[in-house]
Amino acid sequence: MPASTLLKAPTAVAQRQRRANLRRNAFYIALIGVGLVAPFIAYPVFLMKILCFALFACAFNLLLGYAGLLSFGHAAFLATGGYATGYLLASYPGLTPELGILAGTLMATLLGVLFGVLSIRRQGIYFAMVTLALAQLMFFVFIQAPFTGGEDGLHGVPRGELFGVISLRSNLAMYYFVFVIFLLGYALIQRTVHSPFGQVLKAIRENEPRAISLGYNVDAYKLVAFVISAGLAGLAGSTKTVVFQLASLTDAHWHMSGEVILMTLLGGVGTLLGPLMGAGLVVSLQHLLAQSPLGNWVSVILGAIFVVCVLSFRSGIIGELGAIYRKNFK
Amino acid sequence: MTLIKKRLAASIAMAAATAVVATTAQAEISDDEVRIGYLADMSGTYRDLAGPGGLTALEMAVADFGGSVNGAPIVVFSADDRNSADVGANTVREWIDQRNVDMVAGLVASSVTIAVTKVLAENDRLGLVSGSAASSVTNEHCTPNHIHWVYDTYPLANGTAKAVVEQGGDTWFLLTADYAFGHALEADVTRVVEANGGEIVGGVRHPFPTSDFSSYILQAQGSGAKIVGLANAGADTVNAITTASQFGITQSGQQLAGLLIFLNDVHALGLEATQNLLLTTGWYWDMDEQSWEWAQRYFDEVGRMPTMVQAGIYSSTMHYLKAVEAAGTDEAQAVREQMASEPINDFFARNGRIREDGRMVHDMYLAQVKTPEASTGEWDLYEILSTIPAEEAYRPLSESQCSLVQN
Repeated sequence: MPASTLLKAPTAVAQRQRRANLRRNAFYIALIGVGLVAPFIAYPVFLMKILCFALFACAFNLLLGYAGLLSFGHAAFLATGGYATGYLLASYPGLTPELGILAGTLMATLLGVLFGVLSIRRQGIYFAMVTLALAQLMFFVFIQAPFTGGEDGLHGVPRGELFGVISLRSNLAMYYFVFVIFLLGYALIQRTVHSPFGQVLKAIRENEPRAISLGYNVDAYKLVAFVISAGLAGLAGSTKTVVFQLASLTDAHWHMSGEVILMTLLGGVGTLLGPLMGAGLVVSLQHLLAQSPLGNWVSVILGAIFVVCVLSFRSGIIGELGAIYRKNFK
Repeated sequence: MTLIKKRLAASIAMAAATAVVATTAQAEISDDEVRIGYLADMSGTYRDLAGPGGLTALEMAVADFGGSVNGAPIVVFSADDRNSADVGANTVREWIDQRNVDMVAGLVASSVTIAVTKVLAENDRLGLVSGSAASSVTNEHCTPNHIHWVYDTYPLANGTAKAVVEQGGDTWFLLTADYAFGHALEADVTRVVEANGGEIVGGVRHPFPTSDFSSYILQAQGSGAKIVGLANAGADTVNAITTASQFGITQSGQQLAGLLIFLNDVHALGLEATQNLLLTTGWYWDMDEQSWEWAQRYFDEVGRMPTMVQAGIYSSTMHYLKAVEAAGTDEAQAVREQMASEPINDFFARNGRIREDGRMVHDMYLAQVKTPEASTGEWDLYEILSTIPAEEAYRPLSESQCSLVQN
């Protein structure tokens, strides 16, 4: 058989791959469709909150799920993005929201470089502790710095006009803006994970000494992953500030770093959709429980759900669903 | 896409319909219901201060008012703000967008209050702030859409520090929480102490929050000051008092002055640790017959004695409902005007009136925590020493930075 026909003939493997891609694309298109109609069914501000936290959790998951690094200081990036954007938009009324968000993201990225250089030299619990310590330093900065308003928070951030044209005062316009930001962030993570770079990250996660022995500059890979994750967390924080028109210490507190771990683990660490699911679940539960007669028990119920999830499905909700799907439909 | 278009068309039609209804019913009660949202910390640090007990107080006020205003029923719903500004602001935004809430009550943590009042002002709804301490709520953060009811840090510093100096406590050591709130309180206390002839001999700033106060308390002991002032709040104050009690500060001749301490804190700490502590309060359940009667009714419902914040929630809600009835509408500015036009004299407030900056000024009281021997019951905790007249207690309007005040 001539070589050309061999190349043209779709092998069974390639065909299966193509079908899988098709299925995946159809799934994503369906999800985007759901995202587009969602604000007509549910309250848009609530959905925006889910999207902001989902982006935050996705950014965190890039580091934990694909590079195997458990950062306990991601709140610092969320807050840095939020405060930088909030301060700029509140003090310079001429600034459009997308520039404010860009500036906030940039600040968080720079902070990510700084934190990353210092922390990626350590692994496991030491890495977590170093990031926690650095984040606590940032918490101190935010509580003391005059521009953050201390524990009162930074208020009165205008939503402004997107590109100076589209007013974001309406919740619907704001929602679609946030939705686009989320999609861009998600696409970046999806691309990163499936790129050769992502493959190397996974290799480092599985066996770091082996990756080193194969000649990869492991520290550089980890640093880049850390910086991307920090930047996206900052993007989530910046967007959140524009949506809620305020930035507060809640975002900088270590509870927030814990909450994002909870979201990621609940949804499924190391799966792309897991953090979205986890963020949706945690935010919805908080929202529903806070307004129900069970309001006093929010923390207890969330804790119980977390314990049940960790004990019964360790790879998270999406992780378990994925396993069922692969077992029965492939 | 057709689905979206249909939905969009439907929502536009709905919005238009609502707008029509809203314009025709302007001078009446919107949706034929007075809708009150209660937002407070229901599960965290401030649970005992306001929390579910505050909701009970609010519901008592609604029931006492008869459950309806001019035939329009009063609807109450509540949420937990979890002491987070974005949760609070988000909840209130949703109440406005989805449930057309008329008034928001409760409002405890200052960060939540400031965030919520911005949302209320943007949408022209009313907020009755009962739990917040920060005097900035009606100073640089004042809006025409909220009223601060119970207390703030200004009378607390003013009342306690002045009284302590007058009683001979003229040398002070200040234990300050190292953040904006602590700094403001520290500045207020320093000003009052020095103006009354006292002296600040030393001080230390502790990080927020702190659990181990032993080194700070030792410094306070070593300073030789007669008074150890606690310019902090919540768990920090509780921890500082516990440590001071363990180190025998009061037994060695020094006295504690708490600047922000509530009935539930004293109850939790016990009289052994808090005895003789001087504090300023806006209300005390056993201060007179009227207060006692209301407190007994509350106690029968909740099983705890009310704090000044819980009493204030009842008082402010009652005043609000009367104003809605008198104004014949629940439109925020009309009700606000009506509320300000009536003086407030009920079981909670004496000589009360609402100033243009949204501050409800009323008589405050200097109290001392009883000794275990002098106390006759679980809740018999304070002795009222003196009354601080309304006009002296609060920050004078001439010093106000509020944009609503003409200076």
